[in-house]
Amino acid sequence: MATTLAEADETVDFAARLEHVSKSFTGPGGQQLVLDDISIDVAPGEFVTLLGASGCGKSTLLNLVAGLDRPTAGSITTDGRPALMFQEHALFPWLTAGKNIELALKLRGVPKPLRRDKAEELLELVRLKGAYGKRVHELSGGMRQRVAMARALAQESNLLLMDEPFAALDAITRDVLHDELTRIWAETGVSVLFVTHNVREAVRLAQRVVLLSSRPGRIAREWEVDIPQPRRIEDAPVAELSLEITEVLRGEIRRHGQH
Amino acid sequence: MASTETTPVQDAGSVEAGLDALETTATGRPPLRQTFVNKILPPITAVAVVLVAWYVLYPVVDDPTKLPSPGAVAGAFQDAWLKGDLVGYIWTSVSRGLLGFVFALLIGTPLGLVVARVKFVRAAIGPILSGLQSLPSVAWVPPAVIWLGLNNSMMYAVILLGAVPSIANGLVSGVDQVPPLFLRAGRTLGATGVRGIWHVTLPAALPGYVAGLKQGWAFSWRSLMAAEIIASFPDLGVGLGQLLENARTASDMAMVFEAILLILFVGIAIDLLIFSPLERWVLRSRGLLVKG
Ligand SMILES: Nc1ncnc2c1ncn2[C@@H]1O[C@H](COP(=O)(O)OP(=O)(O)OP(=O)(O)O)[C@@H](O)[C@H]1O
Ligand SMILES: [Mg+2]
Repeated sequence: MATTLAEADETVDFAARLEHVSKSFTGPGGQQLVLDDISIDVAPGEFVTLLGASGCGKSTLLNLVAGLDRPTAGSITTDGRPALMFQEHALFPWLTAGKNIELALKLRGVPKPLRRDKAEELLELVRLKGAYGKRVHELSGGMRQRVAMARALAQESNLLLMDEPFAALDAITRDVLHDELTRIWAETGVSVLFVTHNVREAVRLAQRVVLLSSRPGRIAREWEVDIPQPRRIEDAPVAELSLEITEVLRGEIRRHGQH
Repeated sequence: MASTETTPVQDAGSVEAGLDALETTATGRPPLRQTFVNKILPPITAVAVVLVAWYVLYPVVDDPTKLPSPGAVAGAFQDAWLKGDLVGYIWTSVSRGLLGFVFALLIGTPLGLVVARVKFVRAAIGPILSGLQSLPSVAWVPPAVIWLGLNNSMMYAVILLGAVPSIANGLVSGVDQVPPLFLRAGRTLGATGVRGIWHVTLPAALPGYVAGLKQGWAFSWRSLMAAEIIASFPDLGVGLGQLLENARTASDMAMVFEAILLILFVGIAIDLLIFSPLERWVLRSRGLLVKG
């Protein structure tokens, strides 16, 4: 019934382990079971996408893994504190892009003289060299998401949680950021748990796709994706697998009638 | 979307650069002439209209004990200036006002923070605190005189009672309006407890806090003037409020006008020199202020 961090001296063979996790909220209509008996392992360096219809509990699950909320039942263990990238960029508007990243470094305990260089490095990693002094409102939507990504990476967590980070972007920008994310993932070896309701996006990015059903959220099915990277979202194998997954997803949604 | 099967991934950088260039626009300062037309000309015009109206009305009223001539008021200013008293009047009041305001800041800020964060305290004194804002601070002058006597501490007490609720309330509403997303983002970055307050809550609450400061200053200045008028006492030194009261007892209408204009100008000047720039800076740096 808790979210725990693995002990420092304990060697773990996972970045995150969810065991029989359930979550219910008490609403006006009594208890509402949102997540039911979810068990997922994310291996070190693995890229997993969590796919599900709107409202099936994806954000709830990520919040649990991030330790922002507690599961009603089951346990979650992570290898260190995970970094979370929200659906909205969640950058602090009172700080510049660079200072946002530096705050993450500071809170992690990086000494002051190193922070500036480290922040510039991270900005370069997301190809935003020169954006250091820019205020958040001076950046475009895509640039904000990249700064948010750099800030999440600044935490140097073993696990990066991403909650539909590109949902609000236009297709071309999203394409570009997919490439970026794949490259950064390969370069840093970070484990990623990526939430989306876009089937193609899930297949484009992941090594493994986990499909959640709705009301309550349960694991419906999993797919290993062994299409070699770099992939593109229009590639035929990506489209093919997406079609298959979409069919299953449709079936899941149909079970619920209107909703 | 055209199918771009041969586009290599390395192209991403240049596509990004193109997108970034498209999505950001250069912002510069407006030209000087525009600033003059938009910002400086309107108030000058307003003052000119008032002066003209005054010149026209003064011979109509034709009673210097009711409406002094603009010349007489200018003369009162000149007199005070030549005697070297003018700066003294202003300084007495302004130094009191600002010092009192600083005290109010030191009390109101932690008070606001505690009310905002501690449920029990909020339920206990939150409503009183916002209720106090609508109590005219003049009401505090009689009890302050009785408790503290006719001295400077009584002035400061009245300023505090006027300004502290505004400052504390500003901070409370600032904290209330902090988007929960920021708090959660802070927590995932490791900003919990005091570090969360310092790095996330306080900066996020700054716009509301500054609005509270601005209002707090207006209240400080008003309460101080009320205190100076009601409790004027020669030993306290002559501030603007006493000047007004002295003018009334001397039935010197030109001096009354002088005092009122000074009180008005000082209040406006402090706001224009300190609080408005502060507020603009806070809002602009967050993209909350639309230029023009
Ligand atoms: N704090 C809460 N209190 C009560 N109910 C909640 C709370 N948070 C989420 N829920 C409910 O849990 C369900 C899942 O919400 P969640 O935000 O996790 O969905 P999601 O899969 O992320 O959806 P989307 O794709 O639209 O972001 C919803 O039915 C929602 O109403
Ligand atoms: Mg969500």
